Order: sequence, then C-alpha cells, then structure tokens
Amino acid sequence: MSNSAAQLAYLAPELVVAVGAVAVLALDILLPERSRRLLARATAAALLASLAAVWWLYAGEVAGRPERLFTGTLVRDGYSLFLDAVFLLAGILGALVSARYVDREGLQSGEYYALMLFAVLGMMLMAVSAELVTLFISYEILSLSVYVLSGIARGRAESAEAAMKYFLLGAFSSGFLIYGIALIYGATGTTALEAIGAAVMSRGLFGNSLLLIGMALVTVGFAFKVAAVPFHGWVPDVYQGAPLPVTAFMSAGVKAAAFGALARVLFTAFGSLSAVWQPALWLLALLTMVLGNTAAIAQTNIKRMLAYSSIAHAGYMLAGVAAYTAGDVALGSVLYYALVYTAMNIGAFAVVLVVGREGEGNQELSDYRGLAVRHPWVAAGMALFMVSLSGLPPTAGFLGKFYILNAALRANLIGLAVALVLASLISWYYYLRVVWLMYFIKPGEAPPTLSGAPSLRLAVGMAAVLVLILGLWPSAALNLAQVAALTVTAGGLPVIGRP
Amino acid sequence: MTEWILFIVLTAVAVGSALMMVLNRNPVHAALWLVLTFLAVAVFFLVLGAQFLFAAQIIIYTGAIMVLFLFVVMLLNLEREREPIVTGGQRAAAVALAFALLAVLVIAIAARTSFPTMAMVPGGITLTDLGVALFDEWLLPFELASILLLVAMIGAIALARRRT
Amino acid sequence: MLKDYFPILVMLVMAVGFGVTMIFLSSIAGRKRPTATKESPYECGSIPVGTARIRFDVKFYLVAILFILFDLEVVFLWPWAVLFIERLGLFGLVEVAIFVGILLVGFVYAWRKGALEWQ
Repeated sequence: MSNSAAQLAYLAPELVVAVGAVAVLALDILLPERSRRLLARATAAALLASLAAVWWLYAGEVAGRPERLFTGTLVRDGYSLFLDAVFLLAGILGALVSARYVDREGLQSGEYYALMLFAVLGMMLMAVSAELVTLFISYEILSLSVYVLSGIARGRAESAEAAMKYFLLGAFSSGFLIYGIALIYGATGTTALEAIGAAVMSRGLFGNSLLLIGMALVTVGFAFKVAAVPFHGWVPDVYQGAPLPVTAFMSAGVKAAAFGALARVLFTAFGSLSAVWQPALWLLALLTMVLGNTAAIAQTNIKRMLAYSSIAHAGYMLAGVAAYTAGDVALGSVLYYALVYTAMNIGAFAVVLVVGREGEGNQELSDYRGLAVRHPWVAAGMALFMVSLSGLPPTAGFLGKFYILNAALRANLIGLAVALVLASLISWYYYLRVVWLMYFIKPGEAPPTLSGAPSLRLAVGMAAVLVLILGLWPSAALNLAQVAALTVTAGGLPVIGRP
Repeated sequence: MTEWILFIVLTAVAVGSALMMVLNRNPVHAALWLVLTFLAVAVFFLVLGAQFLFAAQIIIYTGAIMVLFLFVVMLLNLEREREPIVTGGQRAAAVALAFALLAVLVIAIAARTSFPTMAMVPGGITLTDLGVALFDEWLLPFELASILLLVAMIGAIALARRRT
Repeated sequence: MLKDYFPILVMLVMAVGFGVTMIFLSSIAGRKRPTATKESPYECGSIPVGTARIRFDVKFYLVAILFILFDLEVVFLWPWAVLFIERLGLFGLVEVAIFVGILLVGFVYAWRKGALEWQ
C-alpha cells in the first residue's frame, strides 16, 4: 500500500487535475449563482498547479528514466511529462479564452469547466498509458468530455449538430480502436506496448495478419482523432458548430493527445513493423497536407478556415511520425510541433474570440477588413499567428516545420519533404490573406467592436510571447522535446526489412 | 459435438437477429431484435466459460441499455419512417466499402491466421479469477473506469437537464 | 462443462412451472366479479387507448442514463464483494472506496443539480 502511495507521487500532475475537476464540481453546487465566475479561476489554478507538479517531476529528474507504475499499465517518462505540459498549456489558454464567453453565452459553467479539466485529464492519461486497455479508457474519458463540450451551447442548433456528428464518428473511431486492440491481444496475448513489441520480435509475428489488421485498425482509430484525410469528414462542421473556445481548446489539445498516443503505440509496440506502417502514414500525411490546405483556400468563414488549417497541420505532424527511421529526431520534431501548434493555434482562435460577437457572430473573413487601423495590437497578434501558422520565420511555426522537414529528410522521405514544402506554399495564400485584409483593406461599414475581456487579452499575449520565444530562442524547449523523445526510443528502435 | 451444434444454433440466432435488427424499419421492433442478439451473445460467453460476462451482458445490455434505446425511440417520436438524407450513390458506395472491409477482415483473419489457442480454464473463468485480476493487475484501469462513468454522468446532466 | 448448468435449468423449469400453476389455480379457484373499470386494460397510469407512440419527456432519458451508469458501477462491485473477505482485505477496501467515492461525487452532483427531481 505504501508502494501505491509512492507510485501516486509520480502521477502528481494527473492527480492535481483530477482533484481540480472534482473541486470545480463541488464549487459549482456550493457557490451562489453570481460567483460562478470563480470557476474559471479555479480551473486555471488547478491547471497551473498541475504544471508546477510537472516541473517538480522534471526537477526530480524523472524525465530521464522511465518509471513503470501500477503493474506496468502506466509509464512516467520524459515523453509523458512533455506532452502533459503541452496539454496543460492548451488547458490554461483554453480556460482563459473561455471565461468571458461562457458568461456571455450563458453556458453551464460548472459542467463546462469540469469537463474541460476531465478532457485534460484524459489527454494526460493517454500520454502516460503504457498499455492498450488503459489507453482506451483514457481516450474515452477525453472523447466523452469533448463530445459534450461541443454540444454544451444548447441554445444553438449548430452546437448540437456538432456534438452529434462528433459523437457518431467518434464512436466509430472508438469501435475501430477497440477492435484493433482485441485483434492485437489475440495475436500477441498481451496489451502492454513493450510486451507486444517483444512478442513480435521473439515469436516472429511480422506477417501475422491478425496483428497487422489490428495495427491498421488502431491506426485508423487515431487517424480519426487527429483528423487525417480521409478520416477528416467531421472536422469542419464540428469545429464550426462547437462553441469557439471549445474549438480552440480541442483543435490543439485533442490533436496533441492523439498524436502522442499514436506515436508511442507505433514506436514502442510496432517499431519492428515500421516497414508496413510507414508507407501508410506517408500516404495519410500527403493526402492530409494537400487536401487540408487546398480546401482552406475556399473558405470564407474564419472558423472553418482554421478547421481546414488544423487538418493540414495534422498532415505535417503525420509526416513527422512517418519519419520513424529518423528515430528520436522524428519523435522530437512531432513533440515540438505539438507544443508550437498549441500556442499559435489557440492564439489565432483567441483573436477570433476577441473579434467575435454574441452567438458566434463576426466570424467571416470580411469582418477582419481594416482591423489594423482600429485595433493595431489585436491585428499585430493575429498577423503573428498567421505568419507562424504559415511557417515563415522568425516564428515558432517556421522552426516546427523545419524540424519535421529535417526528420523527413533524415528518414529519406524526400518526396514527402517536397510535398510538405509545396503544401506550405499553398497555405501562405489563405493565411496571408487574413493579414492583407487586416492591413491593406479599408474597414467595412460597421467597424468591429471588440470584446476586451482581460483574460482573453492575456491569452492572446501569452500565446504571442510563446510563439516568439519558441521561434527565436527554441533551444530549451527543443532540448526537452529531444529528451522526451529519447525516453521512448532509448532502447534502440528496431528497423526490419519488409516481411 | 454438442458444442458444435450449440455453436451453429447460437451463431444463426445472433447473426439472424442482428440482420433483422438492421433491416427492420420499425425502430421498436429493431430494438427487440437487438435484445435477441444480446442474449445470443450472452450465451456465447457462457459457453466459453465466462459466467460473469454472461450475467453482465444480460444485466447491462439486455436490461439497462435496451431501456435507454427504447426511451430514445420514444423521445424522438418516430411516427413515420424517415429516409435519411443520403443519395443513392453514397449509399451504394457505403455498402460497397463496408463489404470490402468485411472481406478484408474475413480473408485476413479466417483464412490467413493460425489462431494461437489457449486451453480453456476448467470450470470457466470464475468470479474469483476475475476479481483477482481486476483488483490487482488491472487496478488502475478499474479506477479510471469510475472517472469515465463520472464524466458520462456530468455530460448527461449538462446536455439533458432542464434549464433552471 | 455444460452439465454444470443443469441445476439452473431445473430451477428455471420450476420457476416457470410455479408461475403457470399459480395463474392456473387462481383462474379456477378465484372469485370473479367483473366491473367496467376492472375489465379495462391496466397500463401504469397511462391512457390505455390511443396511439402507443406518445412522445416521452427528455427527463426519462436522463433518469435512464443515470441508471445505466450506476448499474455499471454495481456490476464492478460484484467481483469485489465476492473476494473481499478471503482475498482483498483492507487494500481492496481502499481500492473500492476510491471507485465508489468518485461515483459518489457524481451522485451528489446529480442530486444537487436537480437531475433526479421530477417536475
């Protein structure tokens, strides 16, 4: 029992978030109606405390040596700590951009913030899972939370539609995932990632169709969640229909969580089968980059444009995972990109929230005309995020893409690297169009009035500072990403020819 | 031999009632066919020696989840059948793709795999075996399940509670 | 192995037989004084005649889903209850207390939020 208590210390970040979620529920029923605003602060406080716990574990040098917990169902390593930090950043920015919106739209704040914390908890548990059943339950904790968050604006039909679509397709993806897990268990007799990897090697299961199908189904399950083409159909409607701060939070957080889990499963359990899944991911990455970017051009609604942009960015990250043979360089580039994407994408959504009006108004691209004249700071922030999303220096987005490109080249995926560059060129058009609209076009008849909640401005500022720091002084974060990647690849990744 | 006959009969009931559920236009009848499918699957569990799963399947699926299905059917008040808004092309493509996936799965799993067989535990998997596994090796997923249930509860309250 | 279930089959047959016998006996031995109200079909307080497809209130759904969740919880407690005395001891008690505690939070929340009320 004392043993269990000692193990719990390694899970301090997760425990803090779980306790925070329960505390939010308790406050929701204890506080009088008018002080519900405290809930946003309580949420942010819980997430900050959890971030402190992550830092505490880093300081205790847990990052370097993986610690197996609870009969090997969890593993606390640098990889999970780095991802935890990314999720917590998404959560903190998400809570900041929500505060005003939740009040204004009259959403049920108790459920809203509790579910947001549970979503973060699900992400963090996915990152520490070292075993497929635990991973699946964590995945469901995350999924259920975000399905409900998408539909929490009960007054708007689009929100209900978003929740419905997300739930239905999400349920399918869960079905793929659990079926895949069952087949993998059938083939190897275990669900622990390392044990699966060992079983593949020791029993020579390279051509075992049960295992290969299982692996394919698990990949499909995660491809749904990261919004890879052709499993992206739900993204535009869900991102557009869901309440804006929820979209901001989940576009970054859910994607990072799904990538973290997918990469760990593929690298740890199926490394020796990389010859099989690498080409598949290569194709997924290519389709996702090309379709996401070309479809984004045609959009006139900024939320929808950012939805397609989010698909495109999933393509870049898939390219990083596909570069498996580059080992920790590949994994590190994906981790770094997840961090960068979280900052710049939630930043962009925060600006959309600043410009937006009640009931999801003011979300057309035309509403951004001449923004720079009246609100130079807001426009400057948006310009920064757009430049970063398009991958131009000196921003974080540039470096993120650079490292993925580097990994792809190291893994000898020349074609994919060229595609990545070309796809980015396409994306310049629609990202820079926003900048052009803000700076070079005269404002329309009714100049936009901005909602200037301090928490929202703080979120824009934080995201902007992060995008600049990660772009100009990346070494600290990059180093952490590299250490994190090394904890997964430390044993040496098996690379075996085509079976 | 008895087991073989049992398997054939159970499979026929399970697959047949599942088909009836999908093809039936009346949602209440479809739900009742689903009950039969659940029961057949439960008996499969029993034959395989998983008594706990057998009981849980009946209590949870045929009992509780079925009630929920029927409530939803009543809630939606489906007086008339409404055709879903899909074009013929979409439907054909969906059917073709679903059968293609089925074919791949069947060929890959049934034809190309030598199944690793495990000896059946004499007397089946008892509640004791299950409990020992659940409260030791699978302790953490077990506790996480309660969080999942809590999230589902909050979600249901958030979406379905009457506004005050 | 299927032989092990023979006693259950016997029990099923006895249960059904007992029920059928009782109905049969009461139908021949009972006194009958029918009135119009007694003859009308009984349907749990609903109006017995008319379309069966009345629209249910969404509150039924909420109650049903809360029921499922607690039903699932109880199913998890079953193996624990069987093992508690012989195998699990104090540690098992703590494990299950955490499990039930988390769900208790949900229960209190549902209660205080008025999700269990019926107006």
